Amino acid sequence: MKLITAIIQPDRLDHVREALIQADITRITVSRVTGHGRQEDIEIYRGQRIAPNLIPKVRLDIAVNDEFVNITVDTIIEKAKHGTGEVGDGKIFITPLEECIRIRTREKGGKAI
Amino acid sequence: MTSPCLRLKKSLQLCVIIKKLRLINQLTIGIMLKKFSFPLLLLAAAVLTGGTAWGAEEVVTDSGTTSWMLTSTALVLLMVPGLAMFYGGLVRTKNVIGTMMHSFAAMVIIGVLWPTLGYALSFGPGILGGLVGWDSKYFLLQGIDDTIMSTHIPEYVFAMFQGKFAIITPALIAGAFAERVNFKGYAIFIALWSIIVYSPICHWVWASDGFLFNLGPKGAIDFAGGTVVHISSGVTALVAALYLGARRGYPKNVMHPNNLVMTLMGAGLLWVGWFGFNAGSSIASNLDTARALTVTQIAAAAGAFTWMVIEMFQHGKATSLGVASGILAGLVAITPAAGVVQPVGALALGALAAIFCYLAIMLKNRLGYDDSLDAFGVHGVGGIVGALALTFFIRPSWMADAAALAGGSWTVWQQLGVQATAVGITIAYASVISLILLFLVEKTVGLRISEDEEMSGLDHSMHGEQGYGLINLN
Repeated sequence: MKLITAIIQPDRLDHVREALIQADITRITVSRVTGHGRQEDIEIYRGQRIAPNLIPKVRLDIAVNDEFVNITVDTIIEKAKHGTGEVGDGKIFITPLEECIRIRTREKGGKAI
Repeated sequence: MTSPCLRLKKSLQLCVIIKKLRLINQLTIGIMLKKFSFPLLLLAAAVLTGGTAWGAEEVVTDSGTTSWMLTSTALVLLMVPGLAMFYGGLVRTKNVIGTMMHSFAAMVIIGVLWPTLGYALSFGPGILGGLVGWDSKYFLLQGIDDTIMSTHIPEYVFAMFQGKFAIITPALIAGAFAERVNFKGYAIFIALWSIIVYSPICHWVWASDGFLFNLGPKGAIDFAGGTVVHISSGVTALVAALYLGARRGYPKNVMHPNNLVMTLMGAGLLWVGWFGFNAGSSIASNLDTARALTVTQIAAAAGAFTWMVIEMFQHGKATSLGVASGILAGLVAITPAAGVVQPVGALALGALAAIFCYLAIMLKNRLGYDDSLDAFGVHGVGGIVGALALTFFIRPSWMADAAALAGGSWTVWQQLGVQATAVGITIAYASVISLILLFLVEKTVGLRISEDEEMSGLDHSMHGEQGYGLINLN
């Protein structure tokens, strides 16, 4: 089992979700986060141009069984990219998942995902 | 009780005639007047209710009427931020600023255009065979600096009051193409629309020489803007939604309102502002004003009540958006009718509007076109229902007057024919011209934004801002 954490641009969320659902990855947690990579975002405040150091992003957390890791990652990469890829398109982190428990039934492991 | 705005202009002309008459011995005036046609006399009687203008040397300002009209003018402007909140709450978080800016941009752009051209085009004497009005003395409102109208208010007040209607009308359209238009294209579109669509229709329906104003014995009934404001904007909204196409992901992806609290506050402001919109349209502070205010209140409540009941039966829950929509449906339907119907009619119109608008929105979902915030579903449908159904609830004294003017009899069905003509002409004109304007703007500056801009949201892509600070930690 792996936990896939992806940080993507907010405007690609719909594309990524639609594609994940097509690929049968339907269990997903989404949160609004702010962060800072190499991208700079220009905002205008009363005529002054400001580069805020924290930029709104969307974070996806998806727990998958090992055989689904590749399809999930590929789908995210394909859909989260702007065109052929731009600074700020995001990152994916994959971490091993020690345990997964369904609260309702106490089921554990792969079948609980 | 013809539409008061029209009556006002007519009375202005009458005033000139009366002034000329004053050269003759005052005692003979009464006799002289009898030589006028009967309808003109009736009109004079209706206008000069207090009978004060007859002997007076000058038309003077009535402080009561003027204060109410100033208040109404402010109340109607309050509807625009109200609309901004109503629409702003209904879109997704990323589009809240862009959507509210549509209303504010109308306030800004039409605010400049109206005193420059709009008033002259709407309320000047007809040119081009009555297509629009024009009077160079109204250009930049230059000629009205000293004018007191026969309704005893300064013409500045009337011009500004009418200007607020011109502002809110294009702002209503924005609900149909929310979340997907270019700000520059929108700005140009509403400017052109106001001149080419709003002003002509306003002239036909409300100017004393407008052909819809003079249709039938007492004119097509449009007290405060059923055809001019709601049908014209609603139909344009439908055309725009169809022409521009759906938002990306509609209707498969859910597109939840970002803030219904704001929507409810907006609906509340609209309801309050509507008292200025309708009761102010009597251009008086008298019995007509009281009648308009009463039926406005009743219709709004009846609309919301009906919508709430329908939802309770259909879903078992009354939604806040349903109540807000019902309020608007009722208010829209009573707008053309506020001068001619009694409380029973107001209850009926409010309920009918809620039923038809509810059905229209269900039909929209079935058909799948993306009128995002139901500008057509509420304003177009509600306006049409109001303008047609009001015929069956006209107070008897109005029908008696109409019969007298028609020379014997005037039936409900004949008036329905007049109403249907006005509605049909408004629909045809607004839809065709709007389609041409949409096409021109789309092909030149561009109206529909790119997919990337749409997905990142209007706030960021069009304005370089964010609506809510919460998502930014700094």
